[in-house]
Amino acid sequence: MNIIVCIKQVPDTTEVRLDPKTGTLIRDGVPSIINPDDKAGLEAALALKDEHGAHVTVLTMGPPQADNALREALAMGADRAILLTDRKFAGADTWATSMTIAAAIRNLDYDLIIAGRQAIDGDTAQVGPQIAEKLNLPQVSYVDDMKKDGDSLILKRVFEDGYHRIKVQMPCLITTLSEMNTARYMSVQGIFDAYREKEVETWTYANIEVEEQHLGLKGSPTRVKKSFTKSVKAPGKKYDVDPQQAAQIILENLKEKYIID
Amino acid sequence: MKHTDYKDVMVFCEQREGRIEKVSKELVSKGRELADNLECCVRALVLGHDMKDDLNELIHLGADEVILVDEKELAVFMTEPYTKAMVQVVLDRKPDVILVGASTIGRDLAPRVSARINTGLTADCTSLEVDEETKNMLMTRPAFGGNIMATIICPEHRPQMSTVRPGVMTLAEPNTDRIGVISKVPVKFETTDMNIEILEVVKETKQKANIEDANVLVSGGRGVGNPDKMKSLESLALRLGGNVSASRAVVDAGWIDRNNQVGQTGKTVRPDLYIACGISGAIQHLAGMEESEFIVAINKDETAPIFDAADLSIVGDVHKIIPELMKILPIHENEQ
Repeated sequence: MNIIVCIKQVPDTTEVRLDPKTGTLIRDGVPSIINPDDKAGLEAALALKDEHGAHVTVLTMGPPQADNALREALAMGADRAILLTDRKFAGADTWATSMTIAAAIRNLDYDLIIAGRQAIDGDTAQVGPQIAEKLNLPQVSYVDDMKKDGDSLILKRVFEDGYHRIKVQMPCLITTLSEMNTARYMSVQGIFDAYREKEVETWTYANIEVEEQHLGLKGSPTRVKKSFTKSVKAPGKKYDVDPQQAAQIILENLKEKYIID
Repeated sequence: MKHTDYKDVMVFCEQREGRIEKVSKELVSKGRELADNLECCVRALVLGHDMKDDLNELIHLGADEVILVDEKELAVFMTEPYTKAMVQVVLDRKPDVILVGASTIGRDLAPRVSARINTGLTADCTSLEVDEETKNMLMTRPAFGGNIMATIICPEHRPQMSTVRPGVMTLAEPNTDRIGVISKVPVKFETTDMNIEILEVVKETKQKANIEDANVLVSGGRGVGNPDKMKSLESLALRLGGNVSASRAVVDAGWIDRNNQVGQTGKTVRPDLYIACGISGAIQHLAGMEESEFIVAINKDETAPIFDAADLSIVGDVHKIIPELMKILPIHENEQ
């Protein structure tokens, strides 16, 4: 069984702080990580490999430094790593990104494609389903549990008000939730292999079949017209008083706002 | 592609068990506003089977036409039949704008549809406006954890698609005098369209009222200390006639169900009152609650960023202040 896991290297946004004066993000020194939903997808793929045997390929589109995320995936146990990188890919929205990744996947054998539900820096949750559409595959998103059943998968697909248990025949694409599992750590041998034995293949525009007009910023239907920092509202009053007084202040405020009678 | 071939605002109206989701009603309300500006119609698209809600309600909220595709294959959400039905209607009606609720259904369906009809899709918009000069949509969304806002346009492709989270747009007052039409559109499905098999549909009834619908939320963060101490937040919420919600840290620690998570990866809420207890106020959390009408923050750390978002800031220990509050707050009718 061949599994392709699509991952993205993202800044660890839980480490990002705001500059209190300018209201902008302080990005310096913020570490990069494998996007959490993607990491759960990788773990799910490796668990299938442990149980049933599988060849796991990790694929990312990004700048050359995304190599680090792929090395981490190799050290966790992935068999093959591909970095899709080219200036022509830069500035892509989700439509153009999925176009590029789908084109790369057409060059690979697969039974199952896994993508994280959404990336913590963009939060769109769009690239997974869009890859599935471009490859004409069934998709199941928001997957919280997965079991293999012959050439099908039994999946738990989460909704706001419950879940569906779904059977889908491979080949298919699923998107995974970070709460699905706890990813394994890299092993010492794994780290050694990731840097000494295994290699990260670099694929550029020359390695995939796609029209150049569909790539990057030029191929993107959507554009950023402008970006801005949110206006910061004036903070309210702050009190550092004893608990009894604090409770009284809260009560008075709630009455003033007609929240309580 | 000629832009003039495309007009009107289409709203995908999501149903579950025959009832229209609140977010869809919010989007019909917003769609009316946009359509008035663009001088066009609002078409509400309902995909389902044996609808229980009266679809005239969508007309009262601003739709000129309700397009109903009533097929048994659409009773429960499945990506492919929903995509097929929606694409058929979209190609036929050629809307200029499509709005979809950013639910776990909308965020599965909308990207699939946008990829099939090759147009742009902007996720989780918090503001939708019309550019007065070009008549293009200006779709503003939070980026990078919610602090930076980006305004996105889709200048060359039609329709212009966006998803919007529940609670972001305001529900209009229904006008029962409004008139419109309900059109039934048939869609034929092949067996190959049913490319997944739903083995089981499970409703999670343990969940109390949805935090997105609550007027009052008492929300706990890591600073609450331990799961047992969440109980005092529950009693405060009960007294105020509200619900308990939480930050991601508390959900990840397993102190409360994920359905109660507020923030970028959780839900966007805007209750009348939001009491943040022991929540430091990471930007991801603020993105989910800063539109609340009145925010009270209680935290021991006087430098906690939550205080910058609060209307009333109390530096102190939640577990000392809540008991004092309970002594003086009037008993709520739900408490008996």
